[in-house]
Amino acid sequence: MHFDTVPASWYLILSALLFCLGVIGFLIKRSLITVFMSIELMLNAVNLSFVTFAHEWHAVKGQIFVFFVMVVAAAEAAVGLAIIIAIFRSRATLNVDQIDLMKL
Amino acid sequence: MHFILFLIFAGFCLAGAINLLLQTHPINSALSLIVVMSSLAVLYLLLGAEFLAIAQIIVYAGAVMVLFTFVVMLLNVGEEEHTHGSKVAKVVGFPAIFVFFSVITTVILEAQRRLGGVKLSDGITTTQELSKVLFRDMLLPFELTSVLILIAILGAVALARKEGHS
Repeated sequence: MHFDTVPASWYLILSALLFCLGVIGFLIKRSLITVFMSIELMLNAVNLSFVTFAHEWHAVKGQIFVFFVMVVAAAEAAVGLAIIIAIFRSRATLNVDQIDLMKL
Repeated sequence: MHFILFLIFAGFCLAGAINLLLQTHPINSALSLIVVMSSLAVLYLLLGAEFLAIAQIIVYAGAVMVLFTFVVMLLNVGEEEHTHGSKVAKVVGFPAIFVFFSVITTVILEAQRRLGGVKLSDGITTTQELSKVLFRDMLLPFELTSVLILIAILGAVALARKEGHS
């Protein structure tokens, strides 16, 4: 084991782990705002994969894609939090079990 | 050196993500998400993406998470209520996550021989290289994102505005 080298696959497995933790959080969390945080966690996990592959194949465009994902995530956070505020204003709760207007 | 740094910050990442799931108060979840994002920035730096590491700190750990904590404080969100959760999530969701993770890990370990290693001496992608690609090949998408952000800001303002005010 060389202590100055880490296999690229470890980064990918870390990314997969973080993504799965994000999905688990999405399923078990009952507060709308923590569900939204889980989505951010998933986006970050995917970004780690992109950066690892960009490093692996010396492709700068992979990093550019991460840059665009960051931009879209920032826009998504702004709109999503505005929606959360609007929901809280009309329902006075953030519990996902009580925000079920569109549930079948 | 790289190995030790990777272990430390991957550990921080996973600990933060697990803490996000275990905490019941949203502000604690938000703070652990900041830990995750900051240690991810260090991992980006280890992978030689200096610009993305700084952007991660500024955009994610800075702007986005400040927005989150602001909303948590503004709405005065309390502890999460304990409910049983959905049955579909338990029956379909968790096995599906397990299968998904197993498949991904198997594929990665299978391809491990073809993937190389990451060293500290690999050199970094400088911001200059990045900007050359961004402003030459990717100029149109880059300009389009500015329109996207403008629309997002307008949408956020329109959504969060109090009804009844014109």
